[in-house]
Amino acid sequence: MFGAACLAYRRDLLLAFRHWGQVAQPLVFFVIVATLFPLALGPQLAELREIAGGTLWVAALLASLLGVELLFRADHADGTLEQMLLSGQPLAILVLAKGLAHWTVCGLPLVLLAPLVAAGLGAPPAANCTLMLSLALGTGILSALGAIGSALTLGLRRGSLLLGLLVLPLAMPSLIFGARAIDLAIHGDNARGPLLLLSAMLVLSVTLAPPAVAAALRISAE
Amino acid sequence: MNWTWFHKLASPPHAYRIAAGLLPWFAWPAGALILFGLYGGLVLAPADYQQGDAFRIVYVHAPSAWLSMMVYATMAVAAGIGLVWRIKLAHAVAAASAPVGASFTFLALATGAIWGKPMWGTWWVWDARLTSELILLFLYAGIMALRASIDDRDRADRAAAVLALVGVVNLPIIHYSVYWWNTLHQPATLTKIGKPSMAADMLWPLLAMLLGFTLFYGAILLVRLRAEILRRERDAAWLTTGLAR
Amino acid sequence: MKISLQLHNFSRLSARGIEFWRGDRRVLADVSLELEASECLHVVGTNGAGKTTLLRIIAGLLSPERGQVAWGGYDTRSDTDGWRASFSYLGHSDGLKAELTAHENLAFETRLRRPVRDGEVDDALEGVGLKAARNLPAGFLSAGQRRRLAMARVMLAAAPLWMLDEPCTNLDAGGSMLVAGLIGRHLDAGGAAIIAAHQALEIPGHTPRRLELS
Repeated sequence: MFGAACLAYRRDLLLAFRHWGQVAQPLVFFVIVATLFPLALGPQLAELREIAGGTLWVAALLASLLGVELLFRADHADGTLEQMLLSGQPLAILVLAKGLAHWTVCGLPLVLLAPLVAAGLGAPPAANCTLMLSLALGTGILSALGAIGSALTLGLRRGSLLLGLLVLPLAMPSLIFGARAIDLAIHGDNARGPLLLLSAMLVLSVTLAPPAVAAALRISAE
Repeated sequence: MNWTWFHKLASPPHAYRIAAGLLPWFAWPAGALILFGLYGGLVLAPADYQQGDAFRIVYVHAPSAWLSMMVYATMAVAAGIGLVWRIKLAHAVAAASAPVGASFTFLALATGAIWGKPMWGTWWVWDARLTSELILLFLYAGIMALRASIDDRDRADRAAAVLALVGVVNLPIIHYSVYWWNTLHQPATLTKIGKPSMAADMLWPLLAMLLGFTLFYGAILLVRLRAEILRRERDAAWLTTGLAR
Repeated sequence: MKISLQLHNFSRLSARGIEFWRGDRRVLADVSLELEASECLHVVGTNGAGKTTLLRIIAGLLSPERGQVAWGGYDTRSDTDGWRASFSYLGHSDGLKAELTAHENLAFETRLRRPVRDGEVDDALEGVGLKAARNLPAGFLSAGQRRRLAMARVMLAAAPLWMLDEPCTNLDAGGSMLVAGLIGRHLDAGGAAIIAAHQALEIPGHTPRRLELS
């Protein structure tokens, strides 16, 4: 079972590596969305700094929605998802492995790119540690929630639109705390409270999402 | 224990008939309680010393908000039963409840906005309760949209059920987060829409409205459930041979 | 062929009273079947008769309204993971990743189920005539080659029961004969197969039983 999980993880990583153009799209989207805010609100760094936390999080949220498509859609289309359902391995474990691979490929690069984008929004370098931690936890939660949404909307026409409708309300709590953590860090305050709450939400999502995703996949594969 | 009564209840023709029988027991008391509560709240109860007559909207706002959450919980429980025990009637209950819950949520939001106008002079404020209700409306919208997007009814029922259960786990988290967010960002001068401190003659109409609304939901649910059963069992023998009345 | 088909013991497969509805339409009505070791069942029927649905019900991908599927006497729903490990399924889609090579596809899919040496995978490729395509991405193969690759996957899973839905799609006469030969060898080794297909498959040394769906 553990071996199968490792295998699923490695396969998804290999596929992403061979298709890295597709994988880079959410990252570019992240930067583009973050750029929209200075264009809309004005170039004063002092003002942008006040909304930097929220901007980064909204951009990350939308980029994650885009990226979560990669999780199951291709597998569903070419029949490999069906084979995974029939493999005799616990589906929740395979889902967890796939989710981890997805985060490694979509979430982690976003976290690493964030300080650059944050600098563009006037955030001081001292905030980078908290910034990256907040987004790391956040993209993890978003991967989990996105997986649920993706599994439920598999194969539906205009499923991507529906996916946003389903996932964004569920992601609002993490948005509240994640943005707050970054804002605190930018103003030099201790962001431990929101970060701990984010960690708790991550643990909850990672624990509860795989069985929900597995159930949704079985429903969608009928 | 003899479970046949349960299986009988879960069979569509029986449920259809029982729902018709139960309906008057819900509809008439609901009507009476609501009229009673409205008269008590709008006419009899004294004006609140802080908010004046504006507080009276609580008689519609509070029961709507309470019901919006109760209906979600009912929908989630029904969805769970349908998913785990594969009882189609439970899915029908969930499907029938969703639009009703969404309507109550919308009513809570509308009355909240109306209440806010005399209080703060604007039609919308990001008050914790209102924001929570708004997110609840989004959750309802998601469930209804998902059910509508899937053509295969069984798949639609089960997907919506999974989503409802995921939502119900998220609800306490959303509530807590929004309250925290609101207290954090709310300037100290602004007071939230609170229930006025309730004297007895203000309270009983509220309780009457609460109970009235709940029974009203029960009545509406029974009516919609019957319609849902008709829709789902269109070609079934028991309908076409005219057993139903 | 040098693949060691380590078959678990084949237990009797039986399905009774399968009924399935899609919305308001009854697709399957009271379907039953039995299968012993070394037997092959050919499910026939026109398009829409429910061949694929029946296979998917037996595979546990769909839940019937009524009816039961039993493997060796126990209900397949009582141990779904164990049941799934006992059969290998070939559906309408090939179940292959276009970006992975033929070898990688087989290796990954098989290792999800059981450990396998690279040599065994290569032998399987040779067995379906795709030795030359070992390092070609599956997306570069023709439809017929991909179908044969999928067949190799079924073979490598080393499961006692094969469930094949239109295995000869996109295959020419030579390809069909190859598939028939593979099935025949599987049956000789004590396995069993259920095949859903429009046309009968001539399997060397075995006469398939027929189940007709209307």
